[in-house]
Amino acid sequence: MIRFEPREHVSPLRRVAAPVVAAVAALAVASLAIAAAGAPVLEAYGLMAKGAFGSAFAMSELLARATPLIFTGLAAAVAFRAKLWNIGGEGQLYAGALAAVAVGTGALALPGPLLIPTVILAGALAGGLLMLIPALLKVRLGADEVVTTLLLNFVVILFVQMMLEGPMKDPMGMGWPQSEPMLDEAMLPKLMDRMRVHAGLILALVAALGVHILLKRTVWGFETRAVGENPEAARHAGIPVTATFLRVALLSGGLAGLAGVGEVAGLKGYLTADLSPGFGYAGIVVAMLAGLSPVGAVVAALFIAGVFVGADSMSRAIGVSNYLADLVVATSLICVLVSGLFVRFKVRIVRPGTGRGTA
Amino acid sequence: MSDILDILLAANFWAAALRIATPLIFGVLGALICERAGVLNLGIEGIFTAGAMAGWMAAWLGAGLWGGVLVAALAGAAFGLLHAILTVPLGLSQHVSGIGVTLFATSLSYYTYRTALPDVSSPPRIEAFQPLDIPILSDLPFLGPALFQQTALTFLALALVVAVGFVLYRTPLGLAIRAVGDNPSAVEAQGLSVMALRMGTVVAGSALMALGGAFLTMSAFDAFFFGMVNGRGWICIALTVFASWRPGKALIGALLFGAFDAFQVRLQTEVGSFVPGQIFLMLPYILSIAALVVVARKADYPRALLKPYFKGQR
Repeated sequence: MIRFEPREHVSPLRRVAAPVVAAVAALAVASLAIAAAGAPVLEAYGLMAKGAFGSAFAMSELLARATPLIFTGLAAAVAFRAKLWNIGGEGQLYAGALAAVAVGTGALALPGPLLIPTVILAGALAGGLLMLIPALLKVRLGADEVVTTLLLNFVVILFVQMMLEGPMKDPMGMGWPQSEPMLDEAMLPKLMDRMRVHAGLILALVAALGVHILLKRTVWGFETRAVGENPEAARHAGIPVTATFLRVALLSGGLAGLAGVGEVAGLKGYLTADLSPGFGYAGIVVAMLAGLSPVGAVVAALFIAGVFVGADSMSRAIGVSNYLADLVVATSLICVLVSGLFVRFKVRIVRPGTGRGTA
Repeated sequence: MSDILDILLAANFWAAALRIATPLIFGVLGALICERAGVLNLGIEGIFTAGAMAGWMAAWLGAGLWGGVLVAALAGAAFGLLHAILTVPLGLSQHVSGIGVTLFATSLSYYTYRTALPDVSSPPRIEAFQPLDIPILSDLPFLGPALFQQTALTFLALALVVAVGFVLYRTPLGLAIRAVGDNPSAVEAQGLSVMALRMGTVVAGSALMALGGAFLTMSAFDAFFFGMVNGRGWICIALTVFASWRPGKALIGALLFGAFDAFQVRLQTEVGSFVPGQIFLMLPYILSIAALVVVARKADYPRALLKPYFKGQR
């Protein structure tokens, strides 16, 4: 028999070690997959590291890739804190991106200093309002938000396709289903010359800090955590549970929407229906690796971005499928769940009958 | 109006409805037994993908169609075992573990497919299951084409509805499974192992889910495509609530869904020139959300669903 005994005090070292162990374990599991593909494991990981960290260009790609992951990671972390299972980050990302191109491609004739904040606000609002739908269905009608947020992802992406083939199609796009290009004044500035990393990264870091302060230092954050730990007890303590869920939903969806804003207004300059390679889902992994900590989400996003960027570059060099990156990401989620157990509990093997444990 | 009636009265419409419903029947049956035992299995979307890939690949490598079905079920069972270990003895969050299993099963399937077939321009095809031509029955007017010109997997799905219903409601095992999802400490008091019952049910349920995936690549189509599961697993989770965790209602829910889907495809050919196609493609997802919402208030969830249980716990 295995028995779990809660630890009274969890050392910070243990807390940090859990995701690190999980990440290493995930890479170890993935090395089996590389070997199965008949490729040299060490060389593959060497190429991945070089592709993610080996040059200024690589670092820029890494930071550019981490930007949406920080946002979607924060979105999941905030929601999961309140045990609001927002699995709809992917759809909210697209809603944010759609709103950004709706106001940023010439519909609004605002000067640059006003246009960029408008684009950002529109994207956040679109993501937040989208998440409000499943949150309202949950608090008013009791519909499970996991399923509704997941299903809405498909609806939103189809809606984006519809807009890109219809009213928002670029007439100069050679028939491709893509939006008109963002106005130059609506684009987030680049952080480095000839590199893709953009001001969205700064925005993401500010968001992480903001969410950290919100959760740690405000009544609102306290209410969020209380609702997540025990909604019934929170209700008895006079905490407005429904209002808290709705606020969390708006914030979480808004953060995911900002990921979409960054991708169109910082990186691509226009919207296509394949904008995100699953940033919304990877955000869940980021949040879990971070132990739902906003600051941790930044570090976790850098790791996940490194895996994606590194795998792309390694795949081009030695032909191992870059689905390896998704495999590492998925495996690290499972590993961090397990390693998290050792943070919160002492695990004892109990011999049947004796009731006395040996560690 | 008469156009709509023409559609609804055509035998091939109901044949299509049953065909669309088949993977959902497998999926809902799998999901409902897991939940009956107290474990939400959000690994379903990935298990569908794994079943679709593994079944197809086994058949493509020469294991035969039924060999492929068996491989798909075993792949599903393996991912089910992973979810069972994480959620039952380890008691981890069923939500997060399920999403983890979905991401893992999906990425492993895609990686395996890509590694086995690195540079194919069009997906290789297999000789898929053919409609059974049952003498006499298949020639019946209306019913023949609608019911009896389906592939063997559709009949397997229908048989499983009966089998799962029988096991759940007519056997001691079924009683134990239902009890373990409602009141696990009472089951333990009877001297039964909560852990073994839950883990066994999740493994079996996951094998059923994988058959839904296998139907896609071995009966509905004859090849594997990336993204081909396309939310069907999530739809099954919604339909499970709609079916109030009963196999008979699961069949009705899946058939209603299939009928609606078949109807929208036919409607599309009628009005497709002035309504964008995406509107129709959205309908199944919106319908699933609607199905969940209408029953949500009075849904009678298994009482111990999502709650981990440790031996000796009161």
